[in-house]
Amino acid sequence: MKRLSRYRRHKAAGPLLLIFALFAIGTTFSVASATVTETQSVFDRSASIEEGKQIFLKGCSSCHGLNAEGASIAPSLIGVGAASVDFQVGTGRMPMADMSTQAMRKPRVYNEEETAALAAYVASLAPGPAIPGESELNYERDGNTAEGGELFRNNCAMCHNFAGQGGALSQGKYAPTLMGVEPKHIYEAMVTGPQSMPVFSDKTITPEEKLSIIKWIKSAEAEPNLGGATMGRIGPVSEGLLAWVLGLGLLIGIAVWLTTRAR
Amino acid sequence: MSNELTPIDDSALPQHAPRATDVSPASEKRAEQQVAILFGLSGVGSLLLIYSYIFVKDTVFIFIPIMGNQNAQQLGIGIGMAMSLFFIGIAAIHWAKTLMPDKEIVNHRHEFRSSDEDRAELVQTVKEGVAGVQLGRRKLIKRSLGAAIGLFALPPVLLLRDLGPLPGKKLETTNWKVGTRLLTDPGNRPILASDLEVGAVVQVLPAVADMEHRPLSDIAKDPVLLIRLRPEEFQLDAERLAMTHEGIIAFSKICSHMGCAVALYEQTTKHLLCPCHQSTFDVTRAAKVIFGPAARPLPQLDITVDAEGYLVARAPFNEAVGPSFWERNSQ
Amino acid sequence: MTTTEKKIGTAANFVDERLGAAKWVKKSLNKVFPDHWTFMFGEVCMYSFIILLLSGTFLTFWFDPSQKEVVYNGSYEPLQGLKMSAAYASTLNISFEVRGGLLMRQIHHWAANIFMAAIVAHLLRVFFTGAFRKPREFNWILGILLLTLGLVEGLLGYSLPDDLLSGTGLRITSAIIQAIPVVGTYAAFFLFGGEFPGTDFIPRIFTLHILIIPGIFLAVITIHVMLVWYQKHTQFPGVGRTEKNVVGHPILPVYMAKAGGFFFVVFGITAFISAVASINPIWLYGPYTPGQISAGSQPDWYMGWLDGLVRMAPPLETHAFGHTISWNILIPAVIVPGIIFTGMALYPFIESWITGDKREHHLLDRPRNVPNRTALGVMSITFVMISLINGGNDIIATNFDLSINQIMWFSRIGIFILPPLAFIITKRLCLSLQRADRELLLHGAETGRLLRLPHGEFVEVHAPISPEKAYLLQSHEQLVPLEIEDVDARGVRRPGAIKNKLQRRLSKAHAVSVPKVTEQELKEIENH
Repeated sequence: MKRLSRYRRHKAAGPLLLIFALFAIGTTFSVASATVTETQSVFDRSASIEEGKQIFLKGCSSCHGLNAEGASIAPSLIGVGAASVDFQVGTGRMPMADMSTQAMRKPRVYNEEETAALAAYVASLAPGPAIPGESELNYERDGNTAEGGELFRNNCAMCHNFAGQGGALSQGKYAPTLMGVEPKHIYEAMVTGPQSMPVFSDKTITPEEKLSIIKWIKSAEAEPNLGGATMGRIGPVSEGLLAWVLGLGLLIGIAVWLTTRAR
Repeated sequence: MSNELTPIDDSALPQHAPRATDVSPASEKRAEQQVAILFGLSGVGSLLLIYSYIFVKDTVFIFIPIMGNQNAQQLGIGIGMAMSLFFIGIAAIHWAKTLMPDKEIVNHRHEFRSSDEDRAELVQTVKEGVAGVQLGRRKLIKRSLGAAIGLFALPPVLLLRDLGPLPGKKLETTNWKVGTRLLTDPGNRPILASDLEVGAVVQVLPAVADMEHRPLSDIAKDPVLLIRLRPEEFQLDAERLAMTHEGIIAFSKICSHMGCAVALYEQTTKHLLCPCHQSTFDVTRAAKVIFGPAARPLPQLDITVDAEGYLVARAPFNEAVGPSFWERNSQ
Repeated sequence: MTTTEKKIGTAANFVDERLGAAKWVKKSLNKVFPDHWTFMFGEVCMYSFIILLLSGTFLTFWFDPSQKEVVYNGSYEPLQGLKMSAAYASTLNISFEVRGGLLMRQIHHWAANIFMAAIVAHLLRVFFTGAFRKPREFNWILGILLLTLGLVEGLLGYSLPDDLLSGTGLRITSAIIQAIPVVGTYAAFFLFGGEFPGTDFIPRIFTLHILIIPGIFLAVITIHVMLVWYQKHTQFPGVGRTEKNVVGHPILPVYMAKAGGFFFVVFGITAFISAVASINPIWLYGPYTPGQISAGSQPDWYMGWLDGLVRMAPPLETHAFGHTISWNILIPAVIVPGIIFTGMALYPFIESWITGDKREHHLLDRPRNVPNRTALGVMSITFVMISLINGGNDIIATNFDLSINQIMWFSRIGIFILPPLAFIITKRLCLSLQRADRELLLHGAETGRLLRLPHGEFVEVHAPISPEKAYLLQSHEQLVPLEIEDVDARGVRRPGAIKNKLQRRLSKAHAVSVPKVTEQELKEIENH
């Protein structure tokens, strides 16, 4: 300790301490928030349909109609199923903040229980895709990465890009990135076809195939940068930019130095 | 020309200012040391390369801020190589700049035009040479030479004939025949009409004899996109409507513009978008082009169900799929 | 004489008695190269080419140019068990099984991107400074040829791995060939050995990519450099520099050390970028099959502008007599690039026809002193930039919250409006800069210091500029329009009157410039 205290007045001590403190706070915080999510993820299946209806009337009916029958500005929710609600509300897309072209992912408004209640209510209106359970989402066990990649490139890459980074649709709409999306939500999106996305039926892409797709997405997400910084994994546009800015930029810098006289 | 303006007089070359290394032995010494250090850094780079190649496993990843997880071997070899090359270059340039003589010298240019005598001599030589060939007088040789050279040009062209087969009707035919089943791609499973919910899409390929080894040239023409809408959403004429089945409509997935896979279906707008050049097709109006460079709608496949209820083609495509070509009859 | 000197002397004697090289080598070693950082672009091109040859050779040791179907069982897990071409599998093998293989692939690809960027930068430097003028027109044309070859070589190169992205590029290439009237379909079938994609194409373009085109490259680059050597390099105007001389450092030792060192620098920087930045991650793209596609499919940047032109083309096709002509492909992918490249190649002759200037030029122009040429250059850059932006419209749309349709309409309209606008603005700017030069020469530099004269007037103090600077500012030639008469001395209309009229008009427009400071004006100022 004595040896340490000697460096107390060193000029680098202040900044170093600050960095250390920030690091410590960050780590504690991330650990703490991780525990919070874990406790929240306990799924409360006992949510009553009635409770869901009350939430619906307060938060959703102004657009989707009092009986979820839909209106000119929002689609009918009859028959969309619990999976659809869980995806839209669970990723914060619904309720929408404004009537823009596309509902985007944002911090969720309703917590787990409220979402479950809403889902139960909407599911009670007409049969539709159910929320997949934990056991149905064991992609590590039931999926095959390579097969998933093949399916992904055939069915998903045209919108979400070859590495799941997302891409442009027409008129300002876009396919969002798939990086960091929970497996459950990916699965729900495939069976329900939220917003611009089409439905991928269980008969044409089987549940096992869907798990393979999820497994591939997760493997792409976890893949380290094998060849250096990836620049967004969006293809040659960023590469060309880097060749001009960094490549030619550095070379011009050296060329200027090379051709000036030494003093 | 513009020479009427006399240019202002050219003053003499500026005085050659000596560099620090020219006058001060200390800075000369320092420059020498700097060059040596730079060469040394190049050596360090080479050693890093050798070390990384031999001792670093390609399964080791290290985290670098901004760049993320990097493969240590790749990074070590790369940075080593970059250093070993870069510092040789920098050292040589620094050496040249600081220690080698920096006096600029002057070369004189010569006019490129040859002198009139040389030109005249050349003309004379060429004339004599050409006269010696006697092509003007010997008509027989001139003609047979022309014929021989003309014929000689043909074999090289002819020899390239077997580069490929003639097109024939290949671009106009696909593997879709009457009653060909629609199979999922990948998976090769037949599809019931009830398998598709409203809003669903399926990528399909035709059932063929050897489904495990489809040639890529078939996959360049055969892919079809199945889309299910509510039947009332269609705005089709009777003929086109008859080609659908219970709200399921099938289009060639190969873009009518340049042949990319048009598989980007927006469920809300019922538009198909080609990611290559952004041609947009309206599914409800038989894939009419509503934006972008494509000039023709996507060909529609006539579908129905067979006895077992599986989706099949009622007829082959009635036009060539994919990009245009000269022989294509697009009427 | 030391022993080393003796040994070298013996060897030199041996060579010289057989080749008589001493005279030529002596002359060459005293050859002078002027220094300017913009003169280094050409060197970057040449060095990148050497890097491409070296890294490319390395890659051929493992690359299997075959479209034979194989099942991948290498170490990259997400592709294990998939069917793919041998070309793709061997590229994965180079990336993951060969130590340093991925680095070499990336060096090869980054070097190609830098090569093309340097060619464009070199071309722009030569254009804007008028270095293409007599006697260097041949070399200009060779340069355009090298640029064109580079585009083709690059396209073929990134197509070799047979991944999903490059396969999509080939699909588009085949559609362009197919769109050529009358012969297109046959040409496509002969190139691909049948229907697209077939199984012959990769082996064929491999031969072109590693043998034929590099061979042509090597020959043309050699002639290009030999002509620079023979005709001597141009130089920027300045004190002591005339049309009759060339001022700079001799080959031995300074230029040799600098140029040699610069090769290592170019290689080192390419290696550095390749070590830290990924390029063409083909393992993520997946093997090529025509039924698949990725969002944001773009070519490499030097083809991107062509793709952008194709994207913005109007949906035009002519259907007649059982035939189809695809104007939506022909105009952007064949006709417009054809006009641009032909125009570029002919530009030295066009300019010399307009100015009537048939003299040799070895002193470079400052871009501002030839406003028309500079404006034309900026106009062309604007054209290509708009095309390039449209070529990446989907990437731009997602990254900047725009709509591809908006960007497309911006490009479709902008491609007609913005280049002429750029021309006008640039020409004005050049004239303003000329005016500023004139002011500077006549009145000196503004110092920002104000002086109050005895009668109360404020004037700004101008500092005189250095003689070197003054010389530079008045060393250019005044542009003068051509005098062409419509009728000859006897009052008879000349043949080709329309041509003459056009030439006179163009010449007049070209010669718009601020009057140069004359000796008389300077004297008058001095007398004040």
